[in-house]
Amino acid sequence: MAQDYTPVPAAKENMGQPIARYEALQKVTGAKIYADDLPVPGRPAYAWMVTSGIAKGRITSIDDSAALAVPGVQMVMTHENRPPLGDAKTFSSGGLAITELAPLAGPEVHHDGQPVALIVADTFEAAREASFKLKIAYTEDTPTATFGSPGATQKNLKEVNPSFEPIRFNDAGAALAGSAHTIDSEYYTPIQHHNAIELFSTTAYWDGPRLVLHEPSQFVWGLKNAAAEQLQTDSETVRIKSPFVGGAFGSKAAMTHRTALAAMASKQLGRPVKLVAMRDQGFTHSGHRQETRQRVRLGCDASGKLTGYDHTQWEFTARTTPYSNGGLEKTAAMYDFKAVKSDNYVVQGDRNVPTFMRSPAEVPTVYALEAAMNELAAEAGIDPVEFRKMNDTRVDPVKGVPYTSRSLNQCLDAAAERFGWSRRNPQPRSMRQGEWLIGWGCSMAMYPTQMSPSTARVTLKRNGTASIEVAAHDVGTGCYTIAAQAAGERLGIDPTRISVQMGDSRLPPGPVSGGSISTASVTSAVANACDRLNERLGLPADATADQRRAAIAAMSMPELDATGSWFPAELDQKAVDALYEGGVRIVGGSTDKRAMYAFGAEMVEVRINERTREVRVPRIVGAFAAGHIMNPRTAHSQYLGGLIWGIGSALHESTEIDHKRARYTNDNIAEYLIPVNADIGEVDIIMVPEVDDEINVLGVKGIGELANVGTPAAITDAIWHATGIRIRDLPVRIEKLL
Amino acid sequence: MKPFAYLRPDSLTHASQLTEEPSAIPIAGGTNLLDLMKLQVETPESLIDVNKLSLSEIGDEGEGLRIGALATNTATAAHPRVRSDYPVLARAILAGATQQLRNKATTAGNLCQRTRCYYFTNIDQPCNKREPGSGCGALDGIARLHAILGASSQCIATYPGDMAVAMAALGAEVEIMNAGGETTRVPLEDFHRLPGDTPEKDNILESGDIITGVILPAPVKGVQLYRKVRERSSYAFALCSVAAIVNMEEGRIGDIALAFGGLAHKPWRDKRVEEALKGTEPSLKGFDEAAEILLEDAQGYGENDFKIPLTRRTLKAVLCEATGMDT
Repeated sequence: MAQDYTPVPAAKENMGQPIARYEALQKVTGAKIYADDLPVPGRPAYAWMVTSGIAKGRITSIDDSAALAVPGVQMVMTHENRPPLGDAKTFSSGGLAITELAPLAGPEVHHDGQPVALIVADTFEAAREASFKLKIAYTEDTPTATFGSPGATQKNLKEVNPSFEPIRFNDAGAALAGSAHTIDSEYYTPIQHHNAIELFSTTAYWDGPRLVLHEPSQFVWGLKNAAAEQLQTDSETVRIKSPFVGGAFGSKAAMTHRTALAAMASKQLGRPVKLVAMRDQGFTHSGHRQETRQRVRLGCDASGKLTGYDHTQWEFTARTTPYSNGGLEKTAAMYDFKAVKSDNYVVQGDRNVPTFMRSPAEVPTVYALEAAMNELAAEAGIDPVEFRKMNDTRVDPVKGVPYTSRSLNQCLDAAAERFGWSRRNPQPRSMRQGEWLIGWGCSMAMYPTQMSPSTARVTLKRNGTASIEVAAHDVGTGCYTIAAQAAGERLGIDPTRISVQMGDSRLPPGPVSGGSISTASVTSAVANACDRLNERLGLPADATADQRRAAIAAMSMPELDATGSWFPAELDQKAVDALYEGGVRIVGGSTDKRAMYAFGAEMVEVRINERTREVRVPRIVGAFAAGHIMNPRTAHSQYLGGLIWGIGSALHESTEIDHKRARYTNDNIAEYLIPVNADIGEVDIIMVPEVDDEINVLGVKGIGELANVGTPAAITDAIWHATGIRIRDLPVRIEKLL
Repeated sequence: MKPFAYLRPDSLTHASQLTEEPSAIPIAGGTNLLDLMKLQVETPESLIDVNKLSLSEIGDEGEGLRIGALATNTATAAHPRVRSDYPVLARAILAGATQQLRNKATTAGNLCQRTRCYYFTNIDQPCNKREPGSGCGALDGIARLHAILGASSQCIATYPGDMAVAMAALGAEVEIMNAGGETTRVPLEDFHRLPGDTPEKDNILESGDIITGVILPAPVKGVQLYRKVRERSSYAFALCSVAAIVNMEEGRIGDIALAFGGLAHKPWRDKRVEEALKGTEPSLKGFDEAAEILLEDAQGYGENDFKIPLTRRTLKAVLCEATGMDT
């Protein structure tokens, strides 16, 4: 059933070459160097982060005598003896810290897994042994775990984020009241954790006043500035090295406590310090996707045209830092709604702070919208693919701005043809094989095209090679290779003759690798640098390869470089300047000028055992259109990973929390389930050609967070089609189908 | 981690003497023990590495089969006689863990693997199994994977394995050498115990006991099935599993053996269920009645309430398949 191999996708119209990423062989043979593998000067000491075993309370005493007595232990740092730290701003205040809570700030415990001490020793084993000998006494209060727990407090998002505006577009209530068909459903999405294979590590060492940090990061310029701010040192003296990132999915964008802890310990001991948060600590250390509740009311007229759309989201967040994803302005742009109302609340409890996780706002909100679309289509007796097509729009109905390009209907047609959707009997429970019930479901996938300012330096050498320097990040996506392809296309050089440096804050600043912005932003800056180089060579933009070769050979200097920069049309040069201070300026989705989104369509077959209610997914088809595809091979990998992620999001992934103790329980990857090979059948990906001349220099839309959006709605609809049961509470589990 | 001594005895007698020491734990594959040591759940003073002992043979024992204590799960599942005469065992083993883990895991180690209860594996949480008298966190906490049969107010953990469930259905015996050098055989279904007031004891092993092997009786006729129900297709513990050996005689159920995993502190075998089915013509009604007997005393703890209907459904699915009844 499953394919034996993934064929290399051929380049179609408006696509670059499907070349293998440069580091592919090194990665699969384990030769590639990641932040924690980088050599350090001198013998490092090893740190163990002691984390709180209670979720709420206060440390009443600390006895470190037995811990310090373990041979090799160099220090025990707690709130009683840690050096002073500066404030570190969180994202919502323009900084990079994950939490407003400073490391080892005081005796109060605000959440399960809060770091309460750092033990540093000559060996990892000694630090670990000492951690069991450190005596910390607490007084314990009753914590608030999640929705419905005693002590949970609800606020309108506006109260914690003044820039938030609820949507009031025409009269949604009246539109719904006058609709021929309506649905009113409530959905739940669970806590999820990124669980990248690479753990959260920081290695710190000082060279006089200069601090070097080896840390896997999605934003080295941001981390450099944020670490300097917290450690009260000049950002020019801080260097971040993060050559490759072993998976991030949002969890390595923010600055966590461990950065300052390792840096302080290294300064105090005068030697490098290595700190790794273990797998279970990762669950409380670097954020998660918060659980949400979503209520959707949706209506259409007798012909199936959408009328009113009313969506309310509740996000569960931390008391210390009310992180929120929001996102309802994006779902409001998806179809030709005549009236829209939306509200967003945050509910706070005694939990660690959530953070970005692959398609942060889109995963819960689009799931709810698309599940509601499927329910309404069934209510109106219209095929759900046809229902989406007939409600397509060329403008964001709320903002009234046009899409720069939108190919949802082409994606729906392509996926339907490949899947054989026309053979679907709309009746639930109409297909079975032996004891397995079979169902088909569909969903739209979307992701806003987001962009950020970027710089890049391109150097051309007389021997016909070139190099690119940009402090962007390869989080496993193939970013190095794509940057070379962008320059290769512009300079007429084979990309294999272009070397690329990334992941080092000494390089010209690039954007945060979040929000699927890297390819669009970095290639635009690289293209700009190449254009400047062509100007310096006296070449017109349409010069032939021969002309270019002749011009390079005639260069008087051995090499010629140019630094380019780029910012999206909504911003100005100040946004580029802000990059040097670690500032994040992201533009995307619907602005006052235009609506920018990539789209896809997903169709899935599920099989459900009539008796045991096990759910299996033998095949899934995804068709995606996202402007110019730089590299169909790496794009294919992103879509493939996204669809598998989506299957896991629907059927497997969920962090369980003990409601009484407000602690995560399945905090390891044996029991935090993600799909294994045996769960994945046929995954069929179609790249629908799309041209977008307006969106950015190369017409690129981000794709890393597209394919996993919507999949849970397709799967729950297929489950309904197989069984007649609507599951509105993810993940789908056996007990919900009994 | 806590420092420990590491010893590699090369004789059974020596190994037995060494494990007589308090806080000595034998180690073979280490696939479970090392994880628990890293978490400080297990804190042995000494690890007795038994891998030098010659206990990995699999060979005939009369008409039956003897599986050495150190035979790997991979070797057992692939053994020609296991595959032809005891397929329920091969299926159960292959339903567990991953290829890499099965390459390391051994017969005795697998019998002794400890529960996956979240409260047992987290030293900041209460757990009577790990720390007698500290309470049971699962009773008012996350109990989705927990027992519905034979639990106590002290502990609702399950035995997590698959191999032993098949062995229980096969009527296997565990061979144990004690500190005095005497060898005894214990029916596998009596090897694990119920938690009662001493949940810290998973099984009947005493200090100085060494498991030397498992003996399967002569093969029996009939269909052998292992059905494991879980959300993920592989590398996940059973919500419920059934090992079934069913011999049909002229349209009626003849000899039958059923064992269940994921439901209790031990592989669960209830001979009343087998007796009720024996000699009957297969029917959904009859299967339902058998399930009623099995689940008569079943008790859920909230999150795992669904295991009661799920077990009924799984048993019926297995019996339909084993008896060739068309559903």
